[in-house]
Amino acid sequence: MKIIVAGEKKEYEEGTTLEKLIEKEDIDNPQYVTVTINEEFVDREKFSETVLKDDDSIEFLYFMGGGQR
Amino acid sequence: MDYTEYIYPFTDEKIIIKKEDYNSILDYCRQGIPEESCGLIGGKKDENINRIEKVYFLTNIDHSNEHFSMDPKEQLDAYKDARANGYDILGNFHSHPESPSRPSEEDKKLAYDSKAIYMILSLMEDNNPVLRAFHVEKNSIVTEHEIIVE
Repeated sequence: MKIIVAGEKKEYEEGTTLEKLIEKEDIDNPQYVTVTINEEFVDREKFSETVLKDDDSIEFLYFMGGGQR
Repeated sequence: MDYTEYIYPFTDEKIIIKKEDYNSILDYCRQGIPEESCGLIGGKKDENINRIEKVYFLTNIDHSNEHFSMDPKEQLDAYKDARANGYDILGNFHSHPESPSRPSEEDKKLAYDSKAIYMILSLMEDNNPVLRAFHVEKNSIVTEHEIIVE
C-alpha cells in the first residue's frame, strides 16, 4: 500500500501498524512523538493496534515545550 | 547581563533571519509578556546555512511565565503550511521573559528533536533583547549557532 509519511509517498506492507511504522522510520525519541493520521491525533496507547490504510497521511510531531527556570 | 557563564561552543551552522522576521519575533514575545511566547521557524537548509523564510507564531497553551507548550494543532498546521511553501520546519523559538538566553535545564530535558534549532529570546532587560540559537544533543550537550540578521 502507499501511504504519505511527513509529506512523502512511501510503500509499506499491508497490515503495517503505526507502532511498526515508527520503528521502520527510525523516529528519534519515539516516546515523545505525537502522531496524526489524516490530521486526527492518535492516542499513544492505540499505536500498536492502529493499522494503516492505503492513502493514509501520517505526521510525526515532537512535543515542543520548555521553561525559563 | 553577564553571559560568561552561558558560553557554548559554536557549530559550523549559521542561521540567517530577515530583519522583519527578527522584529516580528521580538514584537510577538514582548506582547506576550508576562507569559513565555513560542513559535516555529520554517525555511531551507543549504549545507551549513539555515535560512529562515517564515515564522509561525503559536499559542503557549501553558499560559505561564515559566513554561511553554506549543499548541499541537497549530504545530500541525505550521508543518503543513511550511511543506506547501517548500520549506522545512527548522526549529522553534521561545522567550524567557525574566531569565537569560540560554537553554534551561527544562529546555534541555524537553529538547526531544536533536535535529531542531532552538532559538531563545531573553527579554529580561527591557532595552537589550538577546536572541540566541542552540543545538541540544540527546545527552543535553549544548552548542550554539551564529545568527545573522539581514
